[in-house]
Amino acid sequence: MSDTIVVACDGSDASGRALAFAHARAKQLNAKLLVVHVLEWSPYSFLTPEEIAERHARRTEELARAESAIIGPIIAKYKDQGVAIETAVKYGHVIDTLVATATKAKAVEIISGRTGNSGVMSRVFGSVAGTLAQVSPVPCTIVP
Amino acid sequence: MSHINRFGAALMALGFANSAQASAIDESVNQMFASSTGWFVNFIFASIPGTSFPWIVAWLVIAASVFTIYFGFIQFRVIRHSLHIVSGKYSDPEDAGEVSHFQALATALSGTVGLGNIAGVAVAVGIGGAGATFWMILAGLLGMASKFTECTLGVKYRNEYANGTVSGGPMYYMTKGFAERGLPGGKFLAVLFSVFCVLGALGGGNMFQANQAHQQLTGVFGEFPGWITGLIFAGIVFAVIVGGLKSIAQVTEKIVPFMGILYVGTALVILLMNLEHIGPAFGQIIDGAFTGAGVAGGVVGALIQGFKRAAFSNEAGVGSAAIAHSAVRTKEPITEGFVSLLEPFIDTVVICTMTALVIIITGQLMVDPATGLYILNDGGTIQTLDGSSGVGLTSAAFASALPWFPYLLVVAVLLFAFSTMISWSYYGLKAWTYMFGEGRNQELSFKILFCVFVVIGASASLGPVIDFSDAAIFAMAVVNITALYFLMPIVKREVNSYLSRLKSGEIKRFH
Repeated sequence: MSDTIVVACDGSDASGRALAFAHARAKQLNAKLLVVHVLEWSPYSFLTPEEIAERHARRTEELARAESAIIGPIIAKYKDQGVAIETAVKYGHVIDTLVATATKAKAVEIISGRTGNSGVMSRVFGSVAGTLAQVSPVPCTIVP
Repeated sequence: MSHINRFGAALMALGFANSAQASAIDESVNQMFASSTGWFVNFIFASIPGTSFPWIVAWLVIAASVFTIYFGFIQFRVIRHSLHIVSGKYSDPEDAGEVSHFQALATALSGTVGLGNIAGVAVAVGIGGAGATFWMILAGLLGMASKFTECTLGVKYRNEYANGTVSGGPMYYMTKGFAERGLPGGKFLAVLFSVFCVLGALGGGNMFQANQAHQQLTGVFGEFPGWITGLIFAGIVFAVIVGGLKSIAQVTEKIVPFMGILYVGTALVILLMNLEHIGPAFGQIIDGAFTGAGVAGGVVGALIQGFKRAAFSNEAGVGSAAIAHSAVRTKEPITEGFVSLLEPFIDTVVICTMTALVIIITGQLMVDPATGLYILNDGGTIQTLDGSSGVGLTSAAFASALPWFPYLLVVAVLLFAFSTMISWSYYGLKAWTYMFGEGRNQELSFKILFCVFVVIGASASLGPVIDFSDAAIFAMAVVNITALYFLMPIVKREVNSYLSRLKSGEIKRFH
């Protein structure tokens, strides 16, 4: 059984670079890629009665949109390129979900891009890449 | 919004300039309203022959007791498990992104926590004395079983449409549940419930809210005619439910829980400031519950007030919560029942009790030092320090300890009133479209009617509005509880199956 590399993907240019790096690395290691797209979601947020009634329909739409706008182009670009690719679209807190997915898939590495926000913004709010590097249970590569 | 503000300001100027004429409008709305709804109110609150006990209060208490006994005190057996479900310990991570149990509970609570907890409690202790609190807490604890029964059925028999949206509530379990058990009359009950639900939405879910919001505003800005508040409120409600200005509703929905927490927090601070009075306050509550302490109607009067206001506040057995809870995604309908039983506990046993304790501890209710009994007004209500009643009494009680509190309370009351209106406009709409069919015209006609009643509610005086609001909401309970009696064996089957699977480990814990 080949190793699995988890790559975080949000459709941005940065995540495109991370994906290219991850693909090259997977080829080198003869590993397979698990591309994970996380839709930010908290089960503790507050919704109006109407939002509640429509939530299942909205979720179905959001998943379909993620598949067509983010996952679809990745598959189109990297299929038949010598690396097995699996994809997953998940709901939750981005970092927690990436870590949980990597743990469940027994991944050997997590690869993520970074937006490059330096200075005040990331000092105040933190960044996905920075936090991921702190909490990842397996080696983690941040691609600039 | 700016248009609405300018419109409101113009109206207010008009109102002040011609206040004699304006109060004449209020008075005629009030008279028309009182005379056209009187018969309905009289029927719902008719006493059991030979007693002064309204049959409707007995109906609610008996039902809550029957459910409590039938399900073996379910509210106490599963409360720990309920908390685990709400915290997500039993939620499948694969279902993330669907409505969580926490969200369903929070939204349902936003609909029930509100003026009932602030104004309703003040009405209860203002008439029934401290003793009413005891009966209110008891009704809250028993009501947990009613809520559990209706919300389980709400999820089990909801309608799921092809586009992924859901409609649920008593209308659906009455038709589908009765058909499943081979019982006749489900459709009839569903329509009857829908009629009362629309009236309840217009009464307690709308007019009572507008009325109390107006009373709060006059407390701060001085007297001005109610129809002005009504028109402004109606304008905002119209913008949200007809104009689709969802952002207002979403913002409110997010502020309301924090207002609730702030309210309870403030009450706790006042209680801590008066730590030495808490013991005597509970003494008054227990004493008043069994002696009446001189209130109108004695013990029975205190009991009626306590039970009435508890039911009005937590809506257990009324059926509205079944509409709110039915959208949650779960493989086990019973889990939503477990979650919903926390609602009367939080609403009545915790929040209402806080309000009552603050009113009692700050000494708002006048007691004759010679007899130890309450001093009564001509109308049979207890005389208060500054003569206030309803939300004004709560405001005065909090202000006696924290003078800035009335300003916060005004904001809280306006927000609570608004969020309750939005919730009830949804419940009412579901009942309306159940009767008249889904469609743009049907929806619009109800929404406009709803806005008209905001104005009526703010203009009428408190008495007739409270009477009609109570009557309409209790009428829902008459139909809903009838159905629950017939359908409770279905819930029993669900609960037995679930609890045995939970015990055997078949129900998995994920976190």
